[in-house]
Amino acid sequence: MTLLTPHARWLATGFWPTALASLLAACLCAPVLSLFVSALGANTQQWMHLIGFVIPDAALTTLLLLTGVGIVVVLLGTGAAWLVTAFQFPGRKVLAWALLLPLAVPTYVVAYSYLDLLHPLGPVQSVLRAALGLSSPRELRLPDTRSMLGAILILGSVLYPYVYLSARHMFLTQPANLIEAARGLGHGPFSLFWRVALPMARPAIVVGTTLALLETLNDVGASEFLGLQTLTVAVYSTWITRSDLAGAAYIALFMLVLVLGLSALERHARRQQRFINTDQSRPMQAQPLKRWQGLLASLFCLLPVLAGFVIPVLHLGWQAAVRLEQVGAVSSLLKDATLNTVLISLAVTLCTVLGGLLLAWAARSWTTRRRASLGQRLARTATIGYALPGTVLALGLLAPFALIDELANVLSESLFQTTTGLLLLGTSAGLILACTLRLLAVASGSLEAGFARIPLAFDQLARSLGHSPLGVLLRVDLPLLKPALFSAALLVFVETMKELPITLLLRPLNVETLATWLYGEAARGTYEEGAIAALLIILVSLTPVILLTRTQTQYKKKQALKPTAPASP
Amino acid sequence: MFNRIQSKPLPLNTQSGLSHRARRLCLNSLQTLGLVLALSSSLAPVQAQTQSINLYTTREPGLMQPLLEAFTAQTGIKVATVFLKDGLLERVKAEGARSPADVLMTVDIGNLLDLAEANLFQSIHSEALNAAIPASLRSSDGSWFALSLRDRVLYVDKALALRTFRYEDLADPAYKGKVCIRSGQHPYNNALIASMIAHHGSAETEKWLRGVKANLARKAAGGDRDVARDILGGICDLGLANAYYAGQMKTAALGTDARKWGEAIKVIRPTFAQTDGTFVNVSGGGVAAHAPNKAGAIAFLEFLISKQAQSLYARVNFEYPVRAGVELDAIAQSFGPLKADPTPLTEIAKHRKEASLLVDRLGFDR
Repeated sequence: MTLLTPHARWLATGFWPTALASLLAACLCAPVLSLFVSALGANTQQWMHLIGFVIPDAALTTLLLLTGVGIVVVLLGTGAAWLVTAFQFPGRKVLAWALLLPLAVPTYVVAYSYLDLLHPLGPVQSVLRAALGLSSPRELRLPDTRSMLGAILILGSVLYPYVYLSARHMFLTQPANLIEAARGLGHGPFSLFWRVALPMARPAIVVGTTLALLETLNDVGASEFLGLQTLTVAVYSTWITRSDLAGAAYIALFMLVLVLGLSALERHARRQQRFINTDQSRPMQAQPLKRWQGLLASLFCLLPVLAGFVIPVLHLGWQAAVRLEQVGAVSSLLKDATLNTVLISLAVTLCTVLGGLLLAWAARSWTTRRRASLGQRLARTATIGYALPGTVLALGLLAPFALIDELANVLSESLFQTTTGLLLLGTSAGLILACTLRLLAVASGSLEAGFARIPLAFDQLARSLGHSPLGVLLRVDLPLLKPALFSAALLVFVETMKELPITLLLRPLNVETLATWLYGEAARGTYEEGAIAALLIILVSLTPVILLTRTQTQYKKKQALKPTAPASP
Repeated sequence: MFNRIQSKPLPLNTQSGLSHRARRLCLNSLQTLGLVLALSSSLAPVQAQTQSINLYTTREPGLMQPLLEAFTAQTGIKVATVFLKDGLLERVKAEGARSPADVLMTVDIGNLLDLAEANLFQSIHSEALNAAIPASLRSSDGSWFALSLRDRVLYVDKALALRTFRYEDLADPAYKGKVCIRSGQHPYNNALIASMIAHHGSAETEKWLRGVKANLARKAAGGDRDVARDILGGICDLGLANAYYAGQMKTAALGTDARKWGEAIKVIRPTFAQTDGTFVNVSGGGVAAHAPNKAGAIAFLEFLISKQAQSLYARVNFEYPVRAGVELDAIAQSFGPLKADPTPLTEIAKHRKEASLLVDRLGFDR
């Protein structure tokens, strides 16, 4: 008897979780629907203009940028993760966690820092001129930082930790016996990496790269600073400068189709792969490297940390110090902004992890059938929130929020003769909901990966012993999911800390976050004054990032202490 | 089904400790949720009272703060603000009749007209506003009012002997590789290009914009302050930017980068060939259509147009007052007298869209 027949699949989670997961998916589709309605308003002339003059170039720019950033993050992220896991070299212990630090830095902050540092008036060119004995910047003209290559390197050096995080986790949990067997069969280090470790880590690398690329795709701040005319920037100029919301919605939907198409392709490519690991085997042992090889490995891992974290943070610290020296004190408003940011981030983290858990659970509970189940489809909708540029998502949520507010008022007026006012629009609840919808993909992706590592047999066994579906989730899956839950929560927290466009559009009166503060100063052209806020974002985000690194090392220690267990089925 | 086989689930031996922990985790999460909800309710929107008004503004907090403090000190009315950048219109529209907004403030004539067209302002009548603001700088139906002027000027390398300049000259091949400017899609440039269309028509403007593009020393990107910075950095010799940035930079603390950039340039007020006037855009505002505190909103606008507030605009942000007879900051004064182009802003705003399409078509920002 199969424990879960197709007929029993509704019972796998029960009615309420199914209903809740469907509601969540509906929430995710609402902004797309409202964008679609907006796009219908575009007239043919606008469409012709967009197709003729805007979309081809913007699409090409975006594609180049995505390809470039994709290559950089995969190389840096996977390379560093493998080196740190498989080899011993100087500084390895520090680098293993330091490699995650760029996660705490928003991309627009890094872009600003590099524009400043590499400007003819900045320290790099000044030193260069002094070394060459030139007195005026006019005598030496170097290539502009505002270029495709500059953007790829800058974004790549901040976004690689997404790949590093997931790849390292995968390498750490790869059973050592496989690696040892391969070594025994005469595979050298390269062949070992290429033919054993990499294929097993591929799904994790793909997940990390997808996050990094979506982040690149919907970035506005950095692209604008770097003068790149990406699709997202085109959405903005169409909407803001021409007040053409229909045209902007049209481009945004075009982007969404692109993203969903790519993610479908990606899922199709690895549809046959299923990696189950019960975390019971020993992790692999790091091998010592020869002296010069070790130094090269250190250098390879050190460079991204320097480029993505140390250099921009030193630059900000210097700017903040100059600023503090002039003003003498940090505004009390900045303290409020810090508190608001942390509170909002905590609330969003909680909601997102719960929502992500619900979606991932729904996807898991219905994996008994061969083709994509309803649950998996529901879980996939989570990508929508992350695939749309933040402002576009927020814009798309305005209409659904207004509708819900209206309904609530009509209901409460007819039932209790009181009005509820605005429940979602311009309230903390609306802001938290919007950010949750945005970041669901981060949580559900990481939790789906976590679920995939727990054999279905565990669930089936627990069910056969009489546990309810919820009981299975709480008593069997959740304890095993703890590392995934924890890292999902930390990632979401850090993402919310950095979040700007949704907060800017949907926040309540008198609520300032660190990111909006920073933006306010930047918009006024006094970016230096925002340096303190930028530094605070990084400082607060560092705590979860460091916790994230600790979960990894703790995990490793725990595994190392365990006696060798027989390989899992 | 499975549940019926055994009504009480058997504890799984190996999992019992974990399940306790899982339960505790749930409990903790619930407690945290309660805490967060309690705290976030303290972030709820400020309810309209007679003693406060709610301001939605795209003007930066750093600029608004001194004005708001002065207003509260004078009238006792507190101001709750939300600073928005893009999407002010969409948000107020979605909030509809329940919107808490009393006053909407924004920059650029196009944005003001968009808000007015979407019926998000209400018409008011105020003798004080009508007396202080010239008729060309407010709507005839009392929906929006210009509150400050922002002239778009030329920043030039101090070492150059240039004294006068026409906007048309920016396409002069003599300046090939010497011009810096921000994105052509930015509202500041968009309005200027629209104004060029109002003066010379589409065909001439296209030719002009091609000429400007050919003169660019670098990509049309960055901000207005970058023009001054790149002039000092030797990338270009001149470029268009708003005048108040020059005021900010030239008065920045000694030794700061901004001060160095400001000191590297001089400001020339360019003119259009036909009218001999300088291009001036506005910042402005009006009373929100569903303002819960209309009286407070009008009082706020009247305050913003008072001598005190207008001179704050001039001193804090170096913007040009709309009210006549307000003393300028010494730095702003050094830019020389402002002779504004007489072309009505509402006329210029009609060409906004065309200007934006033109920028796309020429690939100006590429």
